[in-house]
Amino acid sequence: MSDVADRVKKIVVEHLGVEEDKVTENASFIDDLGADSLDTVELVMAFEEEFGIEIPDDAAENIQTFGDAVKFIKEAS
Amino acid sequence: MFDLTGKNALVTGASGGIGADIARTLHARGAAVGLSGTRTEPLEALAAELGERAHVLPCNLSDMEAVEALPKQAAEAMGSVDILVNNAGITRDNLFMRMSDDEWQSVLNVNLTATFKLCKGVMRGMMKARWGRIVNISSVVGATGNPGQANYAASKAGMVGMSKSLAYEVASRGITVNAVAPGFITTAMTDKLTDDQKAGIMGQIPAGRMGEPSEIAAAVVYLSSNEAAYVTGTTLHVNGGMAML
Repeated sequence: MSDVADRVKKIVVEHLGVEEDKVTENASFIDDLGADSLDTVELVMAFEEEFGIEIPDDAAENIQTFGDAVKFIKEAS
Repeated sequence: MFDLTGKNALVTGASGGIGADIARTLHARGAAVGLSGTRTEPLEALAAELGERAHVLPCNLSDMEAVEALPKQAAEAMGSVDILVNNAGITRDNLFMRMSDDEWQSVLNVNLTATFKLCKGVMRGMMKARWGRIVNISSVVGATGNPGQANYAASKAGMVGMSKSLAYEVASRGITVNAVAPGFITTAMTDKLTDDQKAGIMGQIPAGRMGEPSEIAAAVVYLSSNEAAYVTGTTLHVNGGMAML
């Protein structure tokens, strides 16, 4: 697994308090990992800080799963 | 009770009567204060009066770029913004049938849109800190309406609806969002009233007098405190009984 994916996973695990093996490619933050809508906002904030990037609101709305997040961050950084 | 030591507060409209007293009172409770307003001179004078823990942050709230920059400037000056008091407001009164689009829009922009942008600008820091206080200064007029003030009343009622919605969203993060709705308070704005107008107003106030800026400031301090952690989405009416809501 890539470095980006590891770092994203660490943030998700810490922020949502979920088991690491639950954070799979297609795991939806809201449907599978128990996030509420504000959690997803906070996750995006945490990604922005970890990777020093800016994630615009319209892009943030499309980041629904762990895989989406990794893909976006790889393309952005 | 109501100790604000270590908290950083941004107060808009701090050059005005009520805003200056809000800043003074928060400062007296131990908070650092960021004094924002359009007129630099009274802000500098207030900062000099307060001494330490006071920062002058001039901002014209009708300039949306300046509004967006303000939370960052405040955080840079103080380290964070833990308490935001949206106190700045303008009036451009006219009869509804004569009210121009510009009179409508300029009041909505400064009173409501700037408040929205400032709330948004401080939210990230508050969410991370899991602590925040937003106090939006509304008006009795927002609840009762007032002839000649359709724009002002709409903006002040809008602040209340916005505060409640935001309060829902961020309550789980330790952030409260409340409004204070002053009635008639002795300020430069109400000094302009004629004696006849004042007499008319007095007749509607059970307390039989106008309120003092310090009485608004006390409500703001309460809502900014740790003690008010369980109070959110509310509007505290400070109006001498003029409208019991």
